[in-house]
Amino acid sequence: MMAYIIRRVLYAIPILVGVNVLTFVLFFVVNPPDDMARMNLGIKRVTPEAIQTWKAERGYDLPLLYNGQAQGLEQLTGTIFFQKSVKLFSFDFGRSDSGRDIGYDISQRMWPSLAIAGPVFLIGLLTTIGIALAVVLFRATPIDLTVVVAAVAMMSISGLFYIIGGQWLVGKLLRLIPISGYDTGWEAAKFLVLPVIIGVVGGLGSGIRVYRTLFLEEIHKDYVRTARAKGLSENAVLFRHVLRNAMIPILTMVVAAIPLLFMGALVTESFFGIPGLGSYTIDAISRQDFAIVRSMVFLGSVLYILGLLLTDISYTLVDPRVRLS
Amino acid sequence: MMPELVILWTDALIFLLVAGILLFAGYARRREPLCAPWRKVVRSRVGVASLIVLFAYVAVGLLDSVHFRAQDAKGVETGEVLSLFDRIASPLRTRQEKTYSAPLALHLYAKENIETPDGNTVRDYPRLEHAGSHLATGSAAILDQARLLLVGAFEGLLLWAGVVALLAGLLAWREGSGFLQQMEVLFTGDEEDIPWTTVLVMLGMILVLGAASWQLAQHYHLLGTDKVGEDVFYQALKSIRTGLVIGTLTTLVMLPAALLLGMMAGYFGGWIDDLIQYLYTTLNSIPGVLLIAAAVLMLNLHMDNHAEQFGSVQERADMRLLFLCLILGVTSWTGLCRLLRGEALKLRELDYVQAALSMGVGHFTILARHILPNVGYIVLITLVLDFSGLVLAEAVLSYVNIGVDPTTYSWGNMINSARLEMAREPVVWWSLLASMMFMFILVLAANLFADAVRDAFDPRLRNER
Repeated sequence: MMAYIIRRVLYAIPILVGVNVLTFVLFFVVNPPDDMARMNLGIKRVTPEAIQTWKAERGYDLPLLYNGQAQGLEQLTGTIFFQKSVKLFSFDFGRSDSGRDIGYDISQRMWPSLAIAGPVFLIGLLTTIGIALAVVLFRATPIDLTVVVAAVAMMSISGLFYIIGGQWLVGKLLRLIPISGYDTGWEAAKFLVLPVIIGVVGGLGSGIRVYRTLFLEEIHKDYVRTARAKGLSENAVLFRHVLRNAMIPILTMVVAAIPLLFMGALVTESFFGIPGLGSYTIDAISRQDFAIVRSMVFLGSVLYILGLLLTDISYTLVDPRVRLS
Repeated sequence: MMPELVILWTDALIFLLVAGILLFAGYARRREPLCAPWRKVVRSRVGVASLIVLFAYVAVGLLDSVHFRAQDAKGVETGEVLSLFDRIASPLRTRQEKTYSAPLALHLYAKENIETPDGNTVRDYPRLEHAGSHLATGSAAILDQARLLLVGAFEGLLLWAGVVALLAGLLAWREGSGFLQQMEVLFTGDEEDIPWTTVLVMLGMILVLGAASWQLAQHYHLLGTDKVGEDVFYQALKSIRTGLVIGTLTTLVMLPAALLLGMMAGYFGGWIDDLIQYLYTTLNSIPGVLLIAAAVLMLNLHMDNHAEQFGSVQERADMRLLFLCLILGVTSWTGLCRLLRGEALKLRELDYVQAALSMGVGHFTILARHILPNVGYIVLITLVLDFSGLVLAEAVLSYVNIGVDPTTYSWGNMINSARLEMAREPVVWWSLLASMMFMFILVLAANLFADAVRDAFDPRLRNER
C-alpha cells in the first residue's frame, strides 16, 4: 500500500514539472517581460528607463534561462525561470505585480472560498443523490419522465442566469438576505446562503442525470436480481445494495473534486463580492496581474493532481477488488 | 457593381465544415451502415424536432457568415464589413435609438426634457424615433401590433403551406407515388418512418413565430433597445453565429491533433503511449478556466503589441474568436484523446488488423484504413456532446472578460453588459432575458439532439461519459 502511494506521488512530479514549464513558456517566452511592462505602464510614451525600473522592481530583469554574468550556481538560479517558476515548487509564490505577497493573500482568501464551495459540494451531492435515487425508485413512471425533462431543461440554462436571476429574485425582490458582501466569523453565514443555494440549484440538472444513469446501470446487475429473488423489498434493494455498490463510481467522481474546492467558484464569488480565491483570480485577470494568474495556475494543478492521488487511495480503501500491484 | 466578398478565417472554416458534412452525406447516401444510425436519429421525435430547431439557428448563422464590403447608395465602399444577414436585417441594424427602451415600447425608458411646440419644456418620456413611426399621433400601438402579429402569422402559415407542398412533392418524386398520397403520409404520420407530424408542427411553429416577430421587428423594437439604443433582437440574432462558431469550430480545430495522438497512443503502445499520456495528463491538470485566462491574457498582450498585423477591427475580432476556439480546443481535446486511445487499444487486437499487419501493411496505412473508420462514431458523439457545453462556456468566459472580443456580438457580451442593468431602478430585464432565451433554446435543442445521436450510435457510451 505504502509503495503504491509513493509511486503515485512520484508519478505526479513529472506532471508538475510539465505544468511549470508550460506556464513558463506561456508567460515569459510568448511575450517577453518588456511587453508585459509596456502593457502595465500603458502602451504610449514609455521610456526604456521606466520599463527597466518596472522590471527591476518585480524581478523580471533577469535573463530567462541562463545568467552569463553571474558566478557558479548563480548562473542557473539568477534567472527568471528559477526565481519565478522553480520556486513555485516550494509554494513560494513571490509578490504580485502590484507588490502584495501572493502566498499570504492565498492563505487568507481560501477560507471564504471553502465556506461556499464546501456547503455547495456537500448539499449538492446529498440532494442530487437523493433525487436520483427517488427517480430510480419511480423509474419508467411519469415522475421519472418529468424529472428527466426538468433536468435536461435545467442543465440547458446558463449558470450565469442562476446567479443573476437568483440574486435579483431572492435578494432584491424578496429582500430576504443581503445581495452581496462578506463578513468575518459567523456573521458571514447570511452572506453565504444565497450563493450556496444558487450553487446547489445550478448543479442539480446535470447531477441528477449523471447519478440517475449510474444507478440505473447498477440496478440491472445480477446481484440486484438475486436480492429481489430473496424477497427483499424494493427499498431495501435500493438503499442497502444499490447505493452501496454505486459508492465506488460515485467516489471516483467526488474525491477528485474535493481539493479543487479551495479554488472557489469564479463567477459566483466575484458576483457576490466574496473575498475568496475565485474573485481573487477574476480580479487578477481583469487587472492583468500575471504573477497572480501564474500562481493560481500552479496551485490549481497541484490541487488537481492531489485529487487524482486521493481518488487512487480512496479506491483501494473502498473496493477490496482493486489489487494494489 | 457587385460588392467585394470578404472571407474571414472563421467564415472559411465554417464553409469547410459545411462542405465536409455535405461530402460525407453524399458519400454515405449509398452506404447503408453509415445511414442506419442517422435514420434512427431522425426517426425519434425528439431527435427530429431538435434537429429542425438547430437547422433554424444554423440558417441564421450561415447567412451571417457571408461577409462583403458594404457600399453606400452610389456604390462607394463605406469601409464597413457586413454580412448577408446584416443586409436582410438592415431595418433592425440601422434604427438606433438614444438609450434603453422596453420591448415594443413607443417611448424611451428614461425621462428627458422635451420642448413642446409652444416653446415650453416638459419632463417626460421622449417618443422613440424608429418605433411605430408610421402610427398617427395618439393612436394605440397595441392595435397596430396585433395587426402586425396577425399579418406575420398569416405569412408564416402561407410559407409553411409552401414548404409542406414542396416536401410532399419531393417525397412523391423520390418514392414515385402520388402527391396527395404523400400529403396524407405527412399529416397522419407513419409509425415506421420519420415522425412527419412532429416535423410539420415544429416547422409550423418556427415559421409562424419567425414571420410574426419579423413583422413586428420591422416597425418596433421587439425586444427593446440597450444602453446605446441598439436593437436587442438584432443583437441576439447576431450572437447566434458566435455561439455556433464556438460550439463547432472548437472541436474541429482540435480534431486533427486529438485523432492522431489518441490513435497513435492506443495503437503503438510503449513509449509513444507513455509520452502522449503524459502530455494530456499535464494539460488536463491545469484547471481549464485558468489556462484559458492565461492564454487569452497573453494573446491580448500580443495583439496590443503587434496591432499592425491585424487589419480591420472586424478581422481582429475574428482572429480573437478563432484563437478562443483554439484555446478552448487545447483544454478540451484531452477527453476525446483518452477515448480514442482506449478504442484504438481494443481495435489493435482485432483479427483484421493483425491480418493486415502480418501481410506487411504499413502502420500508418492501418491507422488510416482500419482504425480511423472505426473510431468515427466516437468523434461524432464527442462533437455533438461538447457543443452545448461550449456554447455555455462562451457566455461565462465573455462574462469575465476573457471570451470573445468586446465588439463581437455574443450572448456572453450581452449578459456582461446586462449585469448592471439588473441593479437599475426600474430594472432593465430584456437584454438579459433575450440572450438567455436564445441561448437556452439552442442549448436545449443541442442537448436533446446529442442524446438522440448518442442513443443511435452507441447507447453503451452513455454510461461512460
